[in-house]
Amino acid sequence: MTEPVLQTKGLCKAFGALRATDNVSIDLRPGEIHAIIGPNGAGKTTLIAQITGMLAPDSGQVFLDGEDVTRTPPPTRARMGLGRTFQISQLAMGDTVLQNACLGAIGATQRQWRLVRPALRDPELRDRAMAALERVGLSDQARSVTAELSHGQRRQLEVAVALTLAPRAFVMDEPMAGLGTEGSARLTAFLDGLRREAPILLVEHDMDAVFALADRISVLVYGQVIATGTVAEIRADDMVREAYLGEEA
Amino acid sequence: MSRESVINWIVLAGLVAVPLWAHLSDEPFTITLATRAVILALAAVGLNIALGIGGLVSLGHAAFFGIGGYTMGILAHHAQTYTPVMEWPLLIEGTKSMPVIWGLSILFSALAAFLIGLLSLRTSGVYFIMITLAFGQMFYYFAISWAEYGGEDGLSIYVRNGFPGVNTLVPIQFYGLCLVALLIVLGFNAALARAPFGLALGAARQVPARVRAVGLDPYRLQLLAFTLSGAITGLAGALFADLNRFVSPTMFSWQLSGELIVFIIIGGVARLFGPVIGAVLFVVLEHWLGGLSDYWHIYLGLMLLGIVLFGRGGVIGMVAGRERSHD
Ligand SMILES: Nc1ncnc2c1ncn2[C@@H]1O[C@H](COP(=O)(O)OP(=O)(O)O)[C@@H](O)[C@H]1O
Ligand SMILES: [Mg+2]
Repeated sequence: MTEPVLQTKGLCKAFGALRATDNVSIDLRPGEIHAIIGPNGAGKTTLIAQITGMLAPDSGQVFLDGEDVTRTPPPTRARMGLGRTFQISQLAMGDTVLQNACLGAIGATQRQWRLVRPALRDPELRDRAMAALERVGLSDQARSVTAELSHGQRRQLEVAVALTLAPRAFVMDEPMAGLGTEGSARLTAFLDGLRREAPILLVEHDMDAVFALADRISVLVYGQVIATGTVAEIRADDMVREAYLGEEA
Repeated sequence: MSRESVINWIVLAGLVAVPLWAHLSDEPFTITLATRAVILALAAVGLNIALGIGGLVSLGHAAFFGIGGYTMGILAHHAQTYTPVMEWPLLIEGTKSMPVIWGLSILFSALAAFLIGLLSLRTSGVYFIMITLAFGQMFYYFAISWAEYGGEDGLSIYVRNGFPGVNTLVPIQFYGLCLVALLIVLGFNAALARAPFGLALGAARQVPARVRAVGLDPYRLQLLAFTLSGAITGLAGALFADLNRFVSPTMFSWQLSGELIVFIIIGGVARLFGPVIGAVLFVVLEHWLGGLSDYWHIYLGLMLLGIVLFGRGGVIGMVAGRERSHD
């Protein structure tokens, strides 16, 4: 079997008495989309925060390409190939769309110590940023100030910034949130192809998207993974239906 | 050309024309005022790297201004008394050469800014303001107690330092030197703001989580910004000392740190010429209103209040609107 790109072993994180992450062991294999689903407050975002290094787990480990990165700060994890998107868009609202994408390119090429030549006149930075914007369909908005974008366009830009990193693995926290039917369908089609570049750990509420995309699904409830399996297995799982899908069935 | 560039060019033209006019009509005092404005502008332009782009509200930049000033004062003092600065472990003589003094002022203030930044950038918000203030006060009290260099009374330098090819004793020539320094630094700032570093630093102010997520460390970006910022304010301190031919602990005072912030707010935060406009207005008001009333700071305070409440983009924001050029 191929070595997982990303793996957690027995991650635990409590906020006071609340066990937000309770002994979570999951992995992400090359070429796959592994969806994490679960009700609001199940601990999905908290799990991602530990995988990306924003939160330190109380116990357990995180591995990236087999290397223990549990104590590695977020920027280093990003440089090692972890590209993430945020549930709540984290964009420099006063900057243009192109500048936001360019920030990713600066991180990817580690050119942040260049003090004189304009970032947007650096062909490599510019090309990287423009290519990412083109892929998510935002190249026409490149010169717009980010604050002027619609919610859906901001979600697209979130993905574009992650693309500029050309990461080893994507971690996406509800990229479809608030996109609407058409936007979700477009992003679904895009992520479908993206998995061939790098596997995606996909936290998502949109069940149509999850069932269409996921190679595997893990169900998180009260911080615990109650089931992991293929789409068919998860749909058939009684415990899952009761705990989570019941409301949709 | 954007309205902001028009304003910038007008200010620039004024900075060239007014002192020239004063020179031709033999009004050296006006040149001195203009020199003061340009030097204070330079100090605030330095602060604007940290504050404007980086969002780092430092209330301790007087430390760097003072370090630049004392670097000049100490070196020139030893040169005029024919005593060495130190004899052991190596002999260091004083100097009256501006290029040497400027270089060392930049070096020492950059070093101080690096060390202060190293500690204070671990905090943010009000804590950052307070810790930079505390460092500034440390330098202030140190200078007061430094009896060897005049303590509370400071140091007088009898003759202005020299610059190759320039007669610095002629007010307009010294002014020209200061203006060139300001223009070079403004050019550097304009480039910096658009360079990868400036873009990343601005993003670290707005969305630090994003900056980390793309593999950049906001702390390091801010540390370099703070160091560059302190270095420029330090250079301004050396020039200020030369303008007055006098240094004293007041160069380290927190009021000065506050005034630098006020210049930036009056002119427009993160605007290239914001600190320049703020410093010029300050010096003009200080001169005119100061002649009318001892309490002229009240008017300055009212103006500041008006700008903060009604026109958050400062003078430039009010005239040029919110739009900022992006290229
Ligand atoms: N920093 C925090 N401090 C305290 N409680 C938190 C914190 N972050 C998240 N929580 C709690 O942890 C639980 C899981 O939250 P979260 O990971 O955001 O869930 P999800 O993303 O699955 O909706 C929630 O009950 C939430 O209120
Ligand atoms: Mg969440």
